[in-house]
Amino acid sequence: MDMDDQRPLLEVRDLRTYFQVEGQTAKAVDGVSFDIRENEVFGLVGESGSGKSVTSLSILRLIPNPPGEIVGGSIHFRGTNLLDLSWDEMRKIRGNRISMIFQEPMTALNPVFTIGFQLVETIRLHTGCGKEEAREKAAEMLSLVGIPDARKRLDDYPHQFSGGMRQRAMIAMALSLQPNLLIADEPTTALDVTIQAQILDLMVGLQKETDGASMLLITHDLAVVAETCQRVAVMYGGKIQEISPVIPLFEEPLHPYTKGLLLSLPHPDRERRKRLPTIPGIVPSILHMPPGCKFAERCPDRWERCDREEPELREIQPGRFCRCHLHDEEGA
Amino acid sequence: METTMDTDKTLSKTLLEFQELKVHFPIHAGVFLRRVGEVKAVDGVSFALREGETLGLVGESGCGKTTTGKAIIRLVEPTGGKILFDSEKMGKVDLCPMTRSELRPIRSEIQMIFQDPYSSLNPRWSVGDIVAEPLKVHEPGMGHKEREERVAWLLEKVGLTGEQAHRYPHEFSGGQRQRVGIARALATRPRLVIADEPVSALDVSIQAQVINLMQDLQEEFGLTYLFIAHDLSVVEHISHRIAVMYLGNLMEIGPAEVLYRNPIHPYTKALISAVPLPDPRKTRPDRIQLQGEPPSPLNKPSGCAFRTRCPYAEPSCAEERPPLLDAGSDHQVACPIMMRE
Ligand SMILES: Nc1ncnc2c1ncn2[C@@H]1O[C@H](COP(=O)(O)OP(=O)(O)O)[C@@H](O)[C@H]1O
Ligand SMILES: Nc1ncnc2c1ncn2[C@@H]1O[C@H](COP(=O)(O)OP(=O)(O)O)[C@@H](O)[C@H]1O
Ligand SMILES: [Mg+2]
Ligand SMILES: [Mg+2]
Repeated sequence: MDMDDQRPLLEVRDLRTYFQVEGQTAKAVDGVSFDIRENEVFGLVGESGSGKSVTSLSILRLIPNPPGEIVGGSIHFRGTNLLDLSWDEMRKIRGNRISMIFQEPMTALNPVFTIGFQLVETIRLHTGCGKEEAREKAAEMLSLVGIPDARKRLDDYPHQFSGGMRQRAMIAMALSLQPNLLIADEPTTALDVTIQAQILDLMVGLQKETDGASMLLITHDLAVVAETCQRVAVMYGGKIQEISPVIPLFEEPLHPYTKGLLLSLPHPDRERRKRLPTIPGIVPSILHMPPGCKFAERCPDRWERCDREEPELREIQPGRFCRCHLHDEEGA
Repeated sequence: METTMDTDKTLSKTLLEFQELKVHFPIHAGVFLRRVGEVKAVDGVSFALREGETLGLVGESGCGKTTTGKAIIRLVEPTGGKILFDSEKMGKVDLCPMTRSELRPIRSEIQMIFQDPYSSLNPRWSVGDIVAEPLKVHEPGMGHKEREERVAWLLEKVGLTGEQAHRYPHEFSGGQRQRVGIARALATRPRLVIADEPVSALDVSIQAQVINLMQDLQEEFGLTYLFIAHDLSVVEHISHRIAVMYLGNLMEIGPAEVLYRNPIHPYTKALISAVPLPDPRKTRPDRIQLQGEPPSPLNKPSGCAFRTRCPYAEPSCAEERPPLLDAGSDHQVACPIMMRE
């Protein structure tokens, strides 16, 4: 799936994560495949419920079971299939090689301990260094993520931090592990634009500085993808519909869903107050997905075959993959 | 065509005007709930809404957008200033000194749409009952049959069907619920609609549908919108004019095009340059990185509220709250420093 000679950092193949909901099977992630290369910011974009978070939680093996279960596929990280690891081995990977930033930092920060204590513990666990040294490092990390008076703020509790500062603290925590892969799930969605700009610049800047580090950036915001990612996968209905380097994706989207999304965005270069092109209908429920193409019922290019047969994700141009019958040789 | 429309709006009459509006919330603490301070949520805001326009109200969370909107229909108590409304029923009135019962007849002329299509609809009521409720209050003389017909008509106007009146909110998607909220707001034929983040909770593919719907309804019914949002791309698209707030103060107001392309206030510049563009070839070399975060509204800086984060601040900025200065082309800016040239 990858054109480069170098083996990708992460290779997800045919990942299937299902949930049992009210006696029915919700195929939240249903055959997802993608690669993340060394030193790359890879975007995973899609509307709510499309399976982005379940994909990232599957990589970390944090799917609550029951009701959820990874029922198929493989996730190779530097050659090791994470799905074959024991719970203990997986915990080591999570503490060292792959770390995660969530949308709501309060879920990752413990409210009863100071920010400093949590950072120091994380750093000590990871590096084995002494208390004093870890505290020094913790202050350094906090000021690196732009928290003024870092040394003093180490003694604050999470609730004494604003939303933006908590998000920074969590980034400091995630980065102090010096991970090879940073998974950021909607890291700025709850923040104001000026703070979002600060945090994204910070994360991308640090990712560039840290040699070999890659990032999986999950978002519903295509503009955030355009600003930060090198390659991007578009999800809909538990499946990846398109994978592409970011420039051709925005300039010449292959999938009708991607095209529709891009057209419907308000954009400063577009004539103001003119009707926006829309994607008709609503996102179908995960429990009532159509048998053929998941997007067929909202698609302007739908034909009879789309309802009958689900298209495969295929390489249409070098490095560009799309799941649509429009691009089948024998198709259109 | 766009420009003539905007010029028309300049000429059209004022529907509502804030004059030095203040909404301060007292803060109580301790066992005896002593008053220990106040949140100056809205702190002397003046601007006008013109009939038939969409005025976008933007600014970061906590700057007082929602409080400004809620003050109009007395969901919060104004503590100072005036809200002059040109009522069809009562003529020009100041809403601030009126009691809630005095306001009641006017309430049919001003309606509100809320951000969260999940919590703003009563889950135990059918969609028909939800849309009919304002009719029962404001048009009590209306017969049952007529009301049902009106509800069905309203539902169709917002892109739902009359049959859906018997369904309950949980049976609808987020976008459909927002349509129900819009139908409810339109029931009493309002002239002014306060829309507080009406599309912020919706998916990208649904946002455009609701934005188009709101524009269609505006044209059909001659509505005036106070469109509150933190998403500048959406506001830039839908608004005739945009007003920018920071910590309870108005920083800049002007035609959407002018304000978006040529902002003058340093805060507006920073805000606009922080908006990511859906164009991977466009980087923002001009991005103005604001340091830190807004101060707490509990202890606002003296003078200009923005001066503690402003790259151009001078000692004089601490002295008094800068007045709105005229920058021409229907554009006003509360920054004497930038206006000096
Ligand atoms: N713990 C869970 N139990 C049942 N269903 C779940 C659970 N977590 C996620 N899902 C379902 O999986 C689908 C994908 O969810 P998610 O990955 O969170 O979407 P996204 O992050 O793209 O918004 C949704 O339909 C959601 O309801
Ligand atoms: N009922 C209230 N009591 C005390 N403070 C309030 C109340 N409502 C809002 N505030 C405060 O007033 C400020 C402005 O809030 P709001 O108008 O909701 O801002 P915005 O809509 O721009 O995000 C915030 O600091 C908020 O915490
Ligand atoms: Mg998610
Ligand atoms: Mg608000």
